[in-house]
Amino acid sequence: MIKLIGVALIAAGFALRVNTLLVVLAAGLATGFAAGFSLNEIMAMIGKYFTDNRAMTLPIVLMLPVVGLLERYGLKERAEVLIRRSKAATAGRVILLYTAVRQISISLGVSIGGHAGAVRPLVAPMAEAAARGRGGELSAASVVSIRAHAAAGENIGNFFGEDIFIAVGAILLMKGFFEAQGMNVSVWAMALWGIPTAFIAFAAMWWRCQMLDRRIERTAADNAKAGGVQ
Amino acid sequence: MKIITVEACYAVVGLYLFVLAGRIAGEREHPRRWGSAMFWALLGVTFIGANLLPSTLVGYLVVAMVVLAATGQVSRVASHEASREERLEHADRLKNRIFWPALLIPATAVVGTLVLGELHIGDVWLVEPKQVTLIALSLGAILALLVAMRTTGASVGASSREGSRLLQTLGWSLILPQMLAALGGIFAKAGVGEVVAGLVAQAVPTGVPWVAVLAYCGGMALFTMVMGNAFAAFAVITGGIGLPFIVTLHGGNPAIMAAIGMLSGYCGTLLTPMAANFNLVPAMLLELEDKHAVIKAQVPLALVIFAANVILMIVLVYRF
Repeated sequence: MIKLIGVALIAAGFALRVNTLLVVLAAGLATGFAAGFSLNEIMAMIGKYFTDNRAMTLPIVLMLPVVGLLERYGLKERAEVLIRRSKAATAGRVILLYTAVRQISISLGVSIGGHAGAVRPLVAPMAEAAARGRGGELSAASVVSIRAHAAAGENIGNFFGEDIFIAVGAILLMKGFFEAQGMNVSVWAMALWGIPTAFIAFAAMWWRCQMLDRRIERTAADNAKAGGVQ
Repeated sequence: MKIITVEACYAVVGLYLFVLAGRIAGEREHPRRWGSAMFWALLGVTFIGANLLPSTLVGYLVVAMVVLAATGQVSRVASHEASREERLEHADRLKNRIFWPALLIPATAVVGTLVLGELHIGDVWLVEPKQVTLIALSLGAILALLVAMRTTGASVGASSREGSRLLQTLGWSLILPQMLAALGGIFAKAGVGEVVAGLVAQAVPTGVPWVAVLAYCGGMALFTMVMGNAFAAFAVITGGIGLPFIVTLHGGNPAIMAAIGMLSGYCGTLLTPMAANFNLVPAMLLELEDKHAVIKAQVPLALVIFAANVILMIVLVYRF
């Protein structure tokens, strides 16, 4: 049981908002000592596993120059123009469309968007504008709900599209784990079996977006009956 | 013999990190230029020197990076991004051509994976067949950069500056996945998985195949909520519950188990404030008073997807 000290440290460190790298290092040291390893042995393990997993960092570093360059030359602005042309007229549909774009693009290995890069400047304002276009001014609760769902769409698209692309961290991590166990598991098979969940996750998002639109409509109707917005 | 090895790709990354460190060291307006330059240079050393330096030394270098990050020495200079007008002008000029380089990366990865690994004359292989995925991806990224420079007319200096801007936006969190993988390795060596597996085996009748699946998926989601990261949970829960019970005891398919298991972990990520970058930061970015508003919106999604994952795995994992 003492070996679980690292798990406890991680939970405590994250709860107290200590620097994440420091928490992870402390958890590694504590677990290693609890299992009877010396400091140098633990350092050797950290060094070995850190370099064994360079594959997790390589795609990010090599992709940043090209992604940065494309952003600098208006990649996002062009994407905005394209999205504005489609007449998706409700908040839910805008968010669902973004979820689809995000999920499909990341399943092809292209990570466009993100909370700071797309949701705040683009998706949330467009979704709010679409809702306003239908039912007039929005209640504070509706605004919170639209924004929260826009962020949720980003997460759903990101998480449940990513595992279909073989070159990303998750698939490579799983492959590395199996290799360490002396097993050879195909990256293609792991990517393939992520597909059913990807569809289910998207269907769940579709359901939530329908509910969101219906709630906004109901609130707007109530407001109209009550004679306007306060 | 192999002409292009994965170590060569890592060396390219290392050299790029050295260039980045050099740039930062020369930025007089950078608030923490020496600490930041040191951090990126050390990361470059671990990329190039993995097979040349003893693991123990690399371990101490990693500790040095963690200390630099934890003491606030790794920061970035206020970025001088291009103005929106300027970017709009470029977007107007380039139209959809701007998307081509971005699409080239996955295209090269897929084509390269299918073709490059087969190319050989006798014993001389073009690429390491075992590492073809990573090598194809590296080649794709470099090719895309060249095409992007041609399409946009940008200089080498400009692309290096944009890369450095983004890398510094990520900052020290770039090495978090590798650190968590190292932690997972230590957990595995120390036998944490066995302890967890022992607890689960005592508490849950894992002798029943569908119960083993439920225990594994539930373990992934709960452990991810504690760790805030499905990657860290994966090694422990798969080593402790997945492999011994689903694969070894009941003969389940490891690829199906891993794929759906990881996605069950992601359901945990949707529910935990520990995954701050996904759940709390967006709430702040979107100026929501309730910092947990995003998590609340995600609760129904996480529960539905988790239930679907459990059912999918019960149906599929013992059948293929």
